[in-house]
Amino acid sequence: MSYRIGIDVGGTHTDAVLLDSAYRVVAETKSPTTEDVSTGIYRCLREVITRSGVAREQIKYAMLGTTHCTNAIVERKRLNRVGVIRIGAPATLAVKPLIGVPDDLRQQLAQHVYVIRGGHEFDGRQIAELDEQRLYEIAQEVKGKVDSLAITSVFSPVSKEHELRAAGILREVLGEQLPISLSHEIGSVGLLERENATILNAAVVDVAKSTAAGFVNALKEEGVEAKVFFCQNDGTLMSVDYAVKYPILTIACGPTNSIRGASYLTGLADALVVDVGGTTTDVGVLINSFPRESSLAVEIGGARTNFRMPDLLSIGLGGGTVIRTQADGSFTIGPDSVGYRLPQRGLVFGGDTLTATDVAVALGKVRLGDPQKVSHLDRTLMERVYQGMVEMVEEAIDRMKTSGDPVPVILVGGGSILLPDRLRGASQVVRPDHFGVANAIGAAISQISGQIERVFSLDELGREKTLDLAKQIAVDEAIKAGADPATIEIVDIEDVPLAYLPGNATRIRVKAAGTLAKDA
Amino acid sequence: MRRLGKQEIEDIAVGAALLGTGGGGDPYIGKLMALQAVEEHGPITLLSVDEVPDDAFVVSSGMMGAPTVMVEKAPSGSEAKRALQTLEEYLGKQIYATFPIEAGGLNSMLPLALAAKLQLPVVDVDGMGRAFPELQMVTFHLDGIAASPFVIADEKGNVVLLNTIDNLWGERIARAATIQMGGSVMFAIYPMTGKNLKQSGIHHILQLEEEIGRAIRLAKANGANPIAEILRLTNGIELFCGKVVDVNRKTETGFTRGTARLAGLAEYKGEELELRFQNEHLLARTKDRLLCVTPDLIAVLDAETGLPITTEGLRYGARAFVIGIPCHPKWRTPEGIATCGPGYFGYDVTYEPVEILAAKGRSGR
Repeated sequence: MSYRIGIDVGGTHTDAVLLDSAYRVVAETKSPTTEDVSTGIYRCLREVITRSGVAREQIKYAMLGTTHCTNAIVERKRLNRVGVIRIGAPATLAVKPLIGVPDDLRQQLAQHVYVIRGGHEFDGRQIAELDEQRLYEIAQEVKGKVDSLAITSVFSPVSKEHELRAAGILREVLGEQLPISLSHEIGSVGLLERENATILNAAVVDVAKSTAAGFVNALKEEGVEAKVFFCQNDGTLMSVDYAVKYPILTIACGPTNSIRGASYLTGLADALVVDVGGTTTDVGVLINSFPRESSLAVEIGGARTNFRMPDLLSIGLGGGTVIRTQADGSFTIGPDSVGYRLPQRGLVFGGDTLTATDVAVALGKVRLGDPQKVSHLDRTLMERVYQGMVEMVEEAIDRMKTSGDPVPVILVGGGSILLPDRLRGASQVVRPDHFGVANAIGAAISQISGQIERVFSLDELGREKTLDLAKQIAVDEAIKAGADPATIEIVDIEDVPLAYLPGNATRIRVKAAGTLAKDA
Repeated sequence: MRRLGKQEIEDIAVGAALLGTGGGGDPYIGKLMALQAVEEHGPITLLSVDEVPDDAFVVSSGMMGAPTVMVEKAPSGSEAKRALQTLEEYLGKQIYATFPIEAGGLNSMLPLALAAKLQLPVVDVDGMGRAFPELQMVTFHLDGIAASPFVIADEKGNVVLLNTIDNLWGERIARAATIQMGGSVMFAIYPMTGKNLKQSGIHHILQLEEEIGRAIRLAKANGANPIAEILRLTNGIELFCGKVVDVNRKTETGFTRGTARLAGLAEYKGEELELRFQNEHLLARTKDRLLCVTPDLIAVLDAETGLPITTEGLRYGARAFVIGIPCHPKWRTPEGIATCGPGYFGYDVTYEPVEILAAKGRSGR
């Protein structure tokens, strides 16, 4: 029997599970997320191993979904010194790199910025020859001054040639060790957004490295020789090598893990997932066992990016949400929360703050702490507050649906005990076992994927053959990443014709995913 | 005369998105170009139309081609300059100022970037008072002003000067050249005199955009609802408040066409609104009556923030206010209605001004 560990870091709690090879939950645990994040992860790791009683050498895999990179960007801490190179002049000079990014972030990341000649047109023609001479000069200029490089070429999703050539020249001068982030491997069409994502990726390379090293080390200290994977946004896994190259892809893996875990625990492939934590409730959409992705630009730390993120609606309601009532019978729900200090601050635990949890206990909907401590509260008022909480969730559910038809709703997360068994707009409300650690389960059961997003000209091969070609590339990518070929399925396919362009130029995106190959 | 700095540009971009009535391309990249140009060259001079001498030579600037190309291959900033200079040399006249061809969307911002770079004034005027998809859908066209001679230029240094027999040929030839030049070009078009501009342009449109943007920004800062202020600024009429319950869109011949349905909320409970769009929102009706139709403007605003929702951004569950804004009187002439009224877009209704439709609705209730 082999086992696997899944760990997921949330805003309030860090959760861990240990599963057997049939994905049954052997042990689960929950502890507060610490400020440095790592301490909380290690504590959870030790606890779940101890609780399971499983022999350490039988633990073969460890999957981690963490917020290290997100926090580094949002807090502007521990960021690398980045060399930013854009290939596209004379095009694009009217909007320089990082122009739309908040000043403090721009200040940190725009110390070494170059825009050089090169890049491609939408149909693969060159805008200009790549300025190789300039690249050799830049390599000399940044030597010893940057920790990491970000290279973005115009229309690299159509032709990656100039990015690859540029990386070759820079490695030739600066050596193989310097991390280089290439935009075509990170984002899709949309220069500024893809460039921002690439620069942010380059900025968190060291954070990712130390996170990975710390986790591998913590496992070793526990006597566990497991293969380590990182969770990414799309609900699939990256190896450590891959994760330190593309750390930006770990951003927002937490909500994705909850959605994937909810799907696994209920066996449902299409549903809405409501994840109630300590501070917020995230509503996501499960389509074909994967989260629906957002179609709009997503801001990270104030910078617009365009790589795919789960489409989420986050509202300020969780177990620790602070409720304020007035003498005239009016009240407010949040948006602030006592967070992981609920066991000290909540009334039912002997604290001084009326929280969403206290309201549910006062009405007898949840049994927790000491109900005597909330028995003095005005029952009618509490009913109205509770109604308000439920309506917040119902409205969020309604906003995330694609039609008026009722859909199954899966409740997960520790705070989901607050919610009733009936919700407006839900055909059924499902509460799976282990709902409190669905996110960690989602991390543990993640699949391996391969993806392609590129502009094709359908006139060359025709639509069917072009789609087949794109699918094959995605499948090959998944195998390369470590998926078992026999289990790979195409999980997402999208083709968007580009308006006003000839040759039937079409952007095609395909994602293939499969389970982890046994020998991976 | 006034100076436009960064805050004014931010506000104008929001107003431009609203007057874009759901289409016109995302003003975002144009806004960034304008911000960078102001950062490098200082504030922009904005002239009221009355400040432009009658014999001054003015020209519109902007982009044509695929917005999807422009968001990847952003301009160099020098192509618009070359387009303007080529036109100056050809006509042997010096350009006094530039102005946007349309108030809505991306093209509303591009003349600002150009003006800052060249230290050229921008005139507070446009040719639509909103956004429309085709080059001849401008008030200049209604008055018989030719688009030609006009110039398109790419970032590589290629410049094409066109002198076409009419505006339709201009559109046709320029589109073909645009593809070869990489899918998106900058133009200098509709050269005319200050006198022409006063007669045929839509005045004070940038000021209106700025006021709309500011109202939305201030309302957000104060936690207030900006809808009432937007209605006041635009002489607009609240048409509906509801929730999007169905969106049906398809892409045909380069345009996104479709229909959305909204279920009424609050005082509109029980009613349903049908919204038709082709790039822009063009027609709004309930089961028994027409509420607003092109060339009058239909803006769909997020019920909480007042921010405009584009046709692509429409999706199930969105809570929105739908407002109607009277178009410029020039569009209400038989020629104006023939150029961009409901018939041109294939809708089988007769144009009636939004305020008359609203008055009928009130008496009918």
